[in-house]
Amino acid sequence: MSEQKRNLKAHPPRVKMPERTAEERIQDFKEVPVGYTEEQAMAEASRCLDCKNPKCVAGCPVNINIPKFLREVRAGEFQEAANTLRSTNALPAVCGRVCPQEEQCESRCIEGIKHEPVAVGNLERFVADWERMHKQVTERTSVEPTGRKVAIAGSGPAGLTVAGDLVKLGHDVTVFEALHRPAGVLAYGIPTFRLPRDIVQSEIDYIERLGVKFVYNVVIGVTVTLEELFASGYDAVFVGTGAGLPKMLNIPGENLIGVFSSNEFLTRINLLGADKFPDFDTPVLHAKHTVVVGGGNTAMDSARVAKRLNKEKVSLVYRRSHDELPARREEVHHAEAEGIEFNLLCNPIEIIGDEHYRVKAIRCIRMQLGEPDASGRRRPEPIPGSEFELECDVVIVAVGNAPNPILTKATPEIKLSKWGTINVDPETCATSMPGVYAGGDIVSGAATVILAMGAGRKAANAMHEYLMNLPPKQATRAS
Amino acid sequence: MEQGYLIHLHRKLADRIHEYWVDAPLIAKKHRAGQFVILRLHEHGERIPLTVVETDPEQGRIRLIVQVAGKTTEEFGDYTAGDHILDVVGPLGLQTHVDDWGKLIVIGGGVGAAPLLPIAKAAKSHGNTVNAIIGARSKELLILTEEFAEVCDELRICTDDGTEGTKGFVSDVLDQWCDQGAGYKFGIAVGPVPMMNAVAKVLKRWEIPGLASLNPIMVDGTGMCGACRVTVHGETRFACVEGPEFDIHGVDFHELTLRNRSYTEEEHEAVEHLHACHLTQAINHVRTEA
Ligand SMILES: Cc1cc2nc3c(=O)[nH]c(=O)nc-3n(C[C@H](O)[C@H](O)[C@H](O)COP(=O)(O)OP(=O)(O)OC[C@H]3O[C@@H](n4cnc5c(N)ncnc54)[C@H](O)[C@@H]3O)c2cc1C
Ligand SMILES: Cc1cc2nc3c(=O)[nH]c(=O)nc-3n(C[C@H](O)[C@H](O)[C@H](O)COP(=O)(O)OP(=O)(O)OC[C@H]3O[C@@H](n4cnc5c(N)ncnc54)[C@H](O)[C@@H]3O)c2cc1C
Ligand code: SF4
Ligand code: SF4
Ligand code: FES
Repeated sequence: MSEQKRNLKAHPPRVKMPERTAEERIQDFKEVPVGYTEEQAMAEASRCLDCKNPKCVAGCPVNINIPKFLREVRAGEFQEAANTLRSTNALPAVCGRVCPQEEQCESRCIEGIKHEPVAVGNLERFVADWERMHKQVTERTSVEPTGRKVAIAGSGPAGLTVAGDLVKLGHDVTVFEALHRPAGVLAYGIPTFRLPRDIVQSEIDYIERLGVKFVYNVVIGVTVTLEELFASGYDAVFVGTGAGLPKMLNIPGENLIGVFSSNEFLTRINLLGADKFPDFDTPVLHAKHTVVVGGGNTAMDSARVAKRLNKEKVSLVYRRSHDELPARREEVHHAEAEGIEFNLLCNPIEIIGDEHYRVKAIRCIRMQLGEPDASGRRRPEPIPGSEFELECDVVIVAVGNAPNPILTKATPEIKLSKWGTINVDPETCATSMPGVYAGGDIVSGAATVILAMGAGRKAANAMHEYLMNLPPKQATRAS
Repeated sequence: MEQGYLIHLHRKLADRIHEYWVDAPLIAKKHRAGQFVILRLHEHGERIPLTVVETDPEQGRIRLIVQVAGKTTEEFGDYTAGDHILDVVGPLGLQTHVDDWGKLIVIGGGVGAAPLLPIAKAAKSHGNTVNAIIGARSKELLILTEEFAEVCDELRICTDDGTEGTKGFVSDVLDQWCDQGAGYKFGIAVGPVPMMNAVAKVLKRWEIPGLASLNPIMVDGTGMCGACRVTVHGETRFACVEGPEFDIHGVDFHELTLRNRSYTEEEHEAVEHLHACHLTQAINHVRTEA
């Protein structure tokens, strides 16, 4: 379709993302949306107004040139579109799937003011998938090695972004990961029906082909300290250790058998294959009624995993109303369609156990919304005398994660905020320890994939400058 | 090349108790008394915690002592020198806070003697007087008694059935020893939860402070999942990063016992599954031989 012939006054509706029915998809852990066809993608991209002053770009934390990649999709130039995405976003297949687009790029879309916004996320996903399926594997374009060595602690989206960026600039990069598998929350947190593992794996493979080395089972700060990294020849370190410290409710009964943090529940399944027990050795408890506490992505993921695991009743308990649910809209819709029951405006006050110390019910109190609090959201207040019990046998606590303290505790040189996040220079991501940079959830507190990647990109640029300005080494050991 | 961590040496110490020396140079260098590793045998494996009993930093090796308790440990028992463990991460947990206790009693029950050994050594080399009680159900299940005899100033042994040492439980021996005016200033217990609970009561009676090294179910071992939650003095603590040792007089042993039973049914199923696999293998083996 040529640019001239487009009728921009027509405002056709957004091309719906085809997805598997709720009945079908709760039978397995395969992906829910099936993706646009080439025709659908070109049609959807044609809805873009190609604005002179495209507001969408500012809504994207890594400022993807959205109108350009949409122009390329419209013209059927998918490889070009992929290149455009890759020039600012190292993981487009991931972001197209998991970004909260309705708060980011799509929230600013000018077409979206009066009509439906252009489906930027769906199109990003389409292009990345197209590239994965069509592109010949490009081998590493040889870059002049700089002779500088970089260590990265944590293989989540922040660490992966830094690794990819710095290896392309000729640095010698090694990623150290505490777990036995890479990708952080993308591996152990987000379930496969939202982010299939072969997509994550192909991104890791790509980064590995660029020359990045991955070392698993190493807890930086514990197995190897930052000081030891520097002493063994590393010139700079990036800390991307994430927000992996589960917050609990601090209510009676929280240590009963059957109460999980969402991290434990999701890790057992996503990382250790507990849904395939006993073929995999890790078990997980099965339930007739699972209650998930919380309203964010983690809560939706836990609820939807529980549904697939047990095919029985799963309920959510959230203390504010539907409008305040912090999860991506799409996931809320998916959860509702899959039959998750939402108990809104109620808050757990106690978990009740049986004589075997196993969960038998959760006691909640109904809430009402009062005045807005510091975050601008209306503060939920308990309604006296409104307590009630939900019978259940598993409770999953998904009320957020705090910064992972294992590295920072072992490294007093790194200055922290009172919340335990790492303080960094906002321009460079430099920490208070020379040569050490940080980004992602360990700096921002639990946030999003794309923000972690944005921080990684910023840190990589600053680290490159730092590395190139270091005094020359006596004997450079370029590999 | 095989992936993972090479088993350098394997020895059977007692019925269902195995000893391994495993190549893990980074851990060997860093490990301190009280710390443990988490390992995963193979791609389908569970992550399980095991104490590092001893290290050889020069050779880059760690010593593990494992009792067969369920599926993973049973499978591990079939591993031998030359085999590889897919993943080993550590050293995890806090190191034992060794103090100038003066006179110390360490108490090990069953395979608990293994985690206790490095603690006893550390306390001894710090200048404490270290006495030990090592107990097991029966003579054939006693482990490491010679090493304890070497490290400790005095050692008493007991078995439930009286086949070696005093007949009775470690807590009984402890009580007698205290009664004889041993004057212990501190006690450290490692072993099955009921044993630690019994020891706690005796220590309490003699007003002796102490530590217990806890063995809750763990997954990641880095504070990420909370599976290892234990209650100490009424507060929830994550044993993998805040422990595994806690004030023996604050631990809710009842909760720990029950929580460790979370997967009793599943554990049973896993072992059945393993045996079924062995059986199939054996049948296939016979078929190919025939
Ligand atoms: C269940 C769930 C669902 C989510 N859904 C979404 C979503 O839909 N969209 C979205 O945008 N965001 C989502 N998020 C948030 C998003 O995943 C995170 O913001 C993002 O992953 C943060 O990236 P990171 O690189 O900072 O850290 P992480 O992804 O947390 O990775 C940190 C890595 O560092 C490792 N590590 C920690 N300490 C050490 C150490 N000392 N040494 C070595 N390695 C270490 C960890 O094992 C981990 O692998 C979700 C989060 C969760 C938990
Ligand atoms: C810090 C720590 C140090 C330990 N050190 C040693 C050691 O040096 N030698 C040794 O033989 N054992 C040790 N254990 C116990 C050992 O981890 C368990 O016996 C093992 O995980 C059982 O796994 P399984 O699959 O064979 O048995 P399962 O069938 O899973 O369980 C059998 C029994 O073991 C306990 N158990 C199950 N899973 C775990 C788990 N992930 N963590 C802890 N206990 C579990 C339960 O009480 C269960 O009833 C230690 C445990 C901890 C927490
Ligand atoms: S990376 Fe995320 S925010 Fe940016 S354009 Fe893509 S979907 Fe939108
Ligand atoms: S704001 Fe919307 S319509 Fe305008 S360029 Fe961006 S995506 Fe296209
Ligand atoms: S084992 Fe996961 S937090 Fe301790």
